[in-house]
Amino acid sequence: MVIGESKPLAEILDMIKDFKKIVVAGCKGCVTVCNVGGEKEVAILASELRIARKAAGNNLDVKEYTCERQCDPEYIEPLDDLVADADAVVSIACSVGPQYVTARYPYLHVFPGINTTSIGGAVEHGVWKEFCQACGSCVIGEYGGLCPIARCAKQLLNGPCGGSSGGICEVGKGSIPCIWHLIYDRMKNLGQLHKMTEVKLYKNWSTSRDGGLRTSIREELKQ
Amino acid sequence: MTTYSAGSNLEKIFKSGKKAVTGECGPPRGADAEHFRHKANFLKGCVDAVNVTDNQTAVVRFCSLAASKILLEMGIEPVMQMVTRDMNRIALQSNILGAAAMGIKNLLCLTGDHQSFGDHPQSKNVHDLDSVQLANTLRMMRDEGKMISGTEVQGRPQMFIGAAANPFADPQEFRVVRMGKKIAAGVQFIQTQCIYNMERFHKFMEMANDMGLTEKAYIMAGITPLKSVGMANYMKKFVPGLDVPDSYITRLKGVPKDKQAAEGIKIAVEQIHECLAMKGIAGIHLMAIEWEERVPEILETAGLLPRPTVS
Ligand code: SF4
Ligand code: SF4
Repeated sequence: MVIGESKPLAEILDMIKDFKKIVVAGCKGCVTVCNVGGEKEVAILASELRIARKAAGNNLDVKEYTCERQCDPEYIEPLDDLVADADAVVSIACSVGPQYVTARYPYLHVFPGINTTSIGGAVEHGVWKEFCQACGSCVIGEYGGLCPIARCAKQLLNGPCGGSSGGICEVGKGSIPCIWHLIYDRMKNLGQLHKMTEVKLYKNWSTSRDGGLRTSIREELKQ
Repeated sequence: MTTYSAGSNLEKIFKSGKKAVTGECGPPRGADAEHFRHKANFLKGCVDAVNVTDNQTAVVRFCSLAASKILLEMGIEPVMQMVTRDMNRIALQSNILGAAAMGIKNLLCLTGDHQSFGDHPQSKNVHDLDSVQLANTLRMMRDEGKMISGTEVQGRPQMFIGAAANPFADPQEFRVVRMGKKIAAGVQFIQTQCIYNMERFHKFMEMANDMGLTEKAYIMAGITPLKSVGMANYMKKFVPGLDVPDSYITRLKGVPKDKQAAEGIKIAVEQIHECLAMKGIAGIHLMAIEWEERVPEILETAGLLPRPTVS
């Protein structure tokens, strides 16, 4: 899923400093699961903003709404009434959501209330890690089901580098496992160590961000 | 007659069967070429070739291509280092061609330290290729006359291909295999990470011999003399993938502060002798970090001077 982190309140307050009426819009998808942009977080952020602005003697009118999915025009529609007399929307969906809101309301200011950090998942309670970088041509099958593109700081296809120590990556001050060490252990378990001796040649990055904006088309579904 | 792939002095020394010696000289963090020339001058005539680092530890310095050219002008043979961190395949191949066109004949293919360790941690990295793929690219351009795209190279880059290996990183049993991948990709000589743990290095070389790798590439033992207890502690604690055993630290501590440098050099010379006696070691890569002026003395004591001339 998409992982995000809340932006500092001060940053959000600064974004909306010129406005009197805003809508805080959440999403019931990924950001609800990673506890940054669901119904609960919408309520918390809305009241934090109200309190801060009241304390500053500059009252803010905040409406709250959480879309079923903010990356879908159909589910944004219910915002129509709420934004009718608002100055701005602060979206705490992943950064796709606010861009759908932007597309729907040409004259409305839209701000992101969270930082979208990665495609990943929870590894323990309260800790989420990155697992994929959407490179557009998945190769994890060649690496024991683990991704060296997203999970190796140097994106090595022929790792591990000389900084791999005791299973820990040299980057990240001890907080990140060396994915290449895990790949090695995994290939060993699978009886595939001989594959680790193959020289892996060039990756085609044109399917990744490097090739320009990605568009996926399914002809049979197009109308 | 011996056939050479590049005909660099380094390649010729190896092929003559003599032990080779390389040094290292890092370009400065500014455009001060004089300072660089001054440091490099200490190495002139003492080593067979000098490595020029490429923005080492991800700190901005003047580029290895320019520094290598300066060495050439000084009559010193460069081993140009090239990291894949900062350039994509377009820039890497372009620099290979440019370097070869200027007469640079040794290239060391590296991935490079992550930029989070350097002076611009907010920069983007590239990592379009890794070190193994860079070596493969150079081999392909030189031997097959082709770029990665398949485009024909007009004027093949005649370069002797090197890479690094760290015998002390993990998983331990995979380090030799990874060196083997580099050799399979086209690497002809290897310079190891600074060696302090001799026992582990012996094991590494045993495996390399068993796998037949020492027949396929020239392996140079990386030696960095310890200047002081402080430096030894720093290397042990902060340099990823370095393994400084306590016995060396105890030895340095056992002598007065003003004698520590001499003791460090003594240790380095002992290590050089021990490495040269190992089966499969083809030379020494001496990395006297900001201590270039002591290189002649170290090599003299180790009995590695004068350097042989090979035509
Ligand atoms: S190989 Fe590409 S698509 Fe597959 S997990 Fe890694 S980044 Fe994602
Ligand atoms: S330590 Fe492992 S994960 Fe980290 S950069 Fe090196 S190979 Fe990649």
